[in-house]
Amino acid sequence: MSRTFRVFWWLVFIVGAGYFFLPLIGTLAFSLRDKPITAAYTGLLENKQFLSTLLYSTTIGLATIVVSTALVVPTAFWVRLKMPRIRPIVEFITLLPFMVPPVVLVFGLISTYSRPPLPLTGSNTGSDVLLVAAYVVLSLPYMYRAADTGLSAIDVRALTEAAQSLGAGWPTILLRVILPNVRVAVLSGAFLTLAIVIGEFTIAIFLARPAFAPFLGLLGDKDPFQQSAVALVSFGLTWVAMIIISLLGRGSQTRITVGGAR
Amino acid sequence: MSRTADPFSARAAQRARPGRSRNLLPLLGLVPFFVFTSMFLLIPAAKLIIGSFQDSAGQFTLANYEDMTSKIVVNAYATSIEISIVTAIGAAIFGFLLAYAVISGGLPKPVRAAVMTFSGVASNFAGIPLALAFIFTLGRVGLLTVFLRGIGIDPYKAGFNLYSKIGLEIVYFYFQLPLMVLIIAPAIDGLKREWREAAENLGASSFQFWRHVALPVLMPSLLGAIMLLFGNSFGAQATAYQLTGGLINLVTLLVGDQLSGDVLHSPGKGMALAVGMIVVMAVALAGYALLQRRAERWRR
Repeated sequence: MSRTFRVFWWLVFIVGAGYFFLPLIGTLAFSLRDKPITAAYTGLLENKQFLSTLLYSTTIGLATIVVSTALVVPTAFWVRLKMPRIRPIVEFITLLPFMVPPVVLVFGLISTYSRPPLPLTGSNTGSDVLLVAAYVVLSLPYMYRAADTGLSAIDVRALTEAAQSLGAGWPTILLRVILPNVRVAVLSGAFLTLAIVIGEFTIAIFLARPAFAPFLGLLGDKDPFQQSAVALVSFGLTWVAMIIISLLGRGSQTRITVGGAR
Repeated sequence: MSRTADPFSARAAQRARPGRSRNLLPLLGLVPFFVFTSMFLLIPAAKLIIGSFQDSAGQFTLANYEDMTSKIVVNAYATSIEISIVTAIGAAIFGFLLAYAVISGGLPKPVRAAVMTFSGVASNFAGIPLALAFIFTLGRVGLLTVFLRGIGIDPYKAGFNLYSKIGLEIVYFYFQLPLMVLIIAPAIDGLKREWREAAENLGASSFQFWRHVALPVLMPSLLGAIMLLFGNSFGAQATAYQLTGGLINLVTLLVGDQLSGDVLHSPGKGMALAVGMIVVMAVALAGYALLQRRAERWRR
């Protein structure tokens, strides 16, 4: 590699780094323009809406992870064990959410569930159910791939037969044999889900949920300094999730880091 | 089923009625998956597709699609597609250079690890906080805008506006670029050192190596990545919503407006609009899948 080329590659890297860090620096600088200098951050801790929406979105995120795992792991296991022939169909369905942008998905959900027989949007609980269901759908592409890749690393049939000959039923096999073996892969997917759900705006706002991103979007009218502080906190949360994923992914071949359009 | 050696299941199989029930039983394990995806993905999508072929009285009609030629809809698709093409190709070029720089450009190893991890973060840092970060930086009183004004360059006087098409494109690069780095990195890793050495031994220049070996090998990956990036930008809604407040006419924003206020004055038209989006996404992602398969040929 000649010297001029190396200078060029350094230049590419520096331009890229500058582009990525400037908006963060701009946000930080703005959040510190409040008086006193840390007021935007200390004020956050007293902002009830900040805490309640963050708690709400985290809860929804955890519910999404539980439902998605309970749906995807047994399905991927069953397809590998009993129905390898229908694998293309299942895989195709898990990839469909990529084709349906969030705004279209929520449009379809509202059209379907705003009237009988299942008027879910009519109640808060119903809307929460719909929100979790929508996020589970969004998580399908990478959660299924994560579970399936995890399963490909073990001999599903041998483990199942061994467990069966020791008298284990299906629940025991799934919870104590299969799940521990796909744990790392599923955990990576879980943290990605959490990061996505906490930042998700479109579906939450059309279902009128008290979620974190809609709160952040409207905060500027009340307190722009706090808004910049929350934007930075939100970036920090994504960082934490991604660092955990990259630590988890060390030594395993599953790398999932992309969540789709927002 | 390969457990016929087990005498119990062999006897059970004899007792069971032959044919149907035996083949259908394993399907039961997939019921939760099919019920869930039907309820919350397939049926809602079907509802939009069916609704797009109905008039307000529920009768079959093609009028909703004929109305797609109206100015506002055509304009929305044109803007969305233009922004998606510009950001997809731009991010593909610079993202490729960035990925190549950290993988094969002779930069220190930790730089590569840092860029890959950061790409994971940035590709997921979309939506509201992203739009805000750019407003605080390149908005009318943003950090960079004020700094530039201080040294005598006023971007807004020079015609720049963050809340416009070019502004939105600059913001979209923030998640497009790192996504490109993530999806092209394996392809760059797959460029075998021996190919370069073989080319050099045969007297090829660096340009000839790229023109006749590296680029043809990478081309399916690059084109596939562009398709994926196109879809990634085409489906984005929250970022544009927060940044422009609906000043730019994008398909996602138009679908959103239709959903909250029936701006097209016809539910069926809104559904046709949404179905159009699914079709565009399907074409982009099918292109990605096909090209990806071609790209796999060079890797193992």
